[in-house]
Amino acid sequence: MNMQTRLYRELAAVNGSRGTTNGRVDLLVVAQMVEPGSRVLDVGCGDGELLKILTETKNVDGRGIEISREGVNFCVAKGLAVIQGDADTDLVDYPDDAFDYVILSQTLQATWQPRIVLEHMLRIGERAIVSFPNFGHWKIRLMLLLFGRMPRTANLPETWYNTQNIHFCTIRDFRDLCHELGIKIETAVALDAWGRKLRLNFPWWVWNLFGEQAVFRLSRRR
Amino acid sequence: MAEANLISTPKEAPREADEPRDSLVVRFGADQPLKLDSGVELSPFQIAYKTYGRLNADRSNAVLICHALTGDQHVASVHPVTKKNGWWDTMVGPGKPIDTERYFVICSNVVSGCMGSSGPSSTDPKTGKPYGLDFPVITIRDMVRAQAMLVDHLGIDTLFAVAGGSMGGMQVLQWAASYPERVFCALPLACATRHSAQNIAFHEVGRQAVMADPEWRGGRYLTEGSNPRRGLAVARMGAHITYMSDAALHRKFGRKLQDRNNPTFSFDADFEVESYLRYQGSSFVERFDANSYLYLTRAMDYFDLAAEHGGVLANAFKGTQTRFCVVSFTSDWLFPTSESREIVHALNATSARVSFAEIVTDKGHDAFLLDEPELFAIVRGFLDGAAKARGLGVKE
Repeated sequence: MNMQTRLYRELAAVNGSRGTTNGRVDLLVVAQMVEPGSRVLDVGCGDGELLKILTETKNVDGRGIEISREGVNFCVAKGLAVIQGDADTDLVDYPDDAFDYVILSQTLQATWQPRIVLEHMLRIGERAIVSFPNFGHWKIRLMLLLFGRMPRTANLPETWYNTQNIHFCTIRDFRDLCHELGIKIETAVALDAWGRKLRLNFPWWVWNLFGEQAVFRLSRRR
Repeated sequence: MAEANLISTPKEAPREADEPRDSLVVRFGADQPLKLDSGVELSPFQIAYKTYGRLNADRSNAVLICHALTGDQHVASVHPVTKKNGWWDTMVGPGKPIDTERYFVICSNVVSGCMGSSGPSSTDPKTGKPYGLDFPVITIRDMVRAQAMLVDHLGIDTLFAVAGGSMGGMQVLQWAASYPERVFCALPLACATRHSAQNIAFHEVGRQAVMADPEWRGGRYLTEGSNPRRGLAVARMGAHITYMSDAALHRKFGRKLQDRNNPTFSFDADFEVESYLRYQGSSFVERFDANSYLYLTRAMDYFDLAAEHGGVLANAFKGTQTRFCVVSFTSDWLFPTSESREIVHALNATSARVSFAEIVTDKGHDAFLLDEPELFAIVRGFLDGAAKARGLGVKE
């Protein structure tokens, strides 16, 4: 099966009623938000899955930054333009307006300075796409309420003492930060536990309660 | 090895320099001088080179390999002097990461080398004797200018790739800076954009070892029938340590004794590591010219790409469309990862398309020449991606 078919089949699965929890559903949602042929920087690109999807199905000029050496070497050996680097320290090297999209998928909560990272993303790129796990999801709220312990879920299985995720936020928190920084929210998508998109016309509080993860496309306010 | 084979004899060195064995030679006459950074023009001069594979119809599959300090054009074929396999035959050849069934590989001896490109052991046409120290001082940029003339001579406009490690990596960076439109992709491995004070210091020790040998005779040893073997061997021994790492030396030799059970309480090579270094030194002098060693180390010392561009490294790569693959090795203390990272930062600042990998190894600087499967995978993958973008298609 070629990449294009696979993407669309997977996208169909995401959009359809059955949904899927296989793989990184948020990546496909992110991929949908990118215009074909654009310049993309994927911050925290992992094994390069998103870059590969974007290169092969959207013909983007893609670059990546990844913190783990294994991830980087794997990506480079696949022919992807990826460097070893850290979102917190290395975004500063990039010039203004170098990219159309700067993507941060499931990495924001692992940065030391999420706010500064976000500001850099919208300095380097005209648009930013951010996906993150929603700490306001009802299961997480319930775990803390009922058991009084730091929540652990299928998507966030680490214990509090060994997790990379040091800056969790809720969908509402993230929206507030965008407002505070004068960032325009172009689109936002919340995905439920099965990776299905929540209805657009639901109010924010529903998203914040039932969205397990969220994907935002942002731009600078003019 | 028969004495006649060695280039270290006063008779053989100029012969190998003027009429190299198993190599192609292009001679540039008085109408095509090499304009050097020192302001001098070198003319006439010649470049010895090897090619592997076939140039395709639209001349788009040429890969230039730049050799390191003591390398030469014999990258993937038997060396005419040592009879050993090519210095990078793990990387270059049929089916290898730099695949000669797919790419047309060119490797030339650098100017001021001693394997057939003009250098201090070449015959000075003015005197009919070897140049010695009358040969002009060469820079990395001069080497690259000469390579560009060779590439012109071969009728190639754009190189698909330029690749090399160490001093070869410096040439790769210089290529990308001097001729950005002629380099589709660049692989600078285990190198830096400038030689550090520590590296200059090591080179100076090597040069002083050569010059301290009375056989050096002020650089005129070839005309006077002598050879500074001891000095050059000591230089090589010192340099060789910098190409390895503490961990690799410990792994290979530790404190093991050489063919004996107890120390001899003398200055014999009691330890295996001593014996190994002595061997490295003595085998090196059989294939290398002492004056070339001085010139090449000098060229590396002078290299400072940022200084050429107003002190801002990023300016060297401004607007570049070249794809870069920068690789460093964790145990390389001669060209540590931090120096590769500087290249990457400069390239990022110009929004260049750059890949950068650091490979975990205890083999030190020499790792780029050795069997490092991860390096092979990275080079192969990077070139495959670039070939696709270049429209070179899949392997026939």
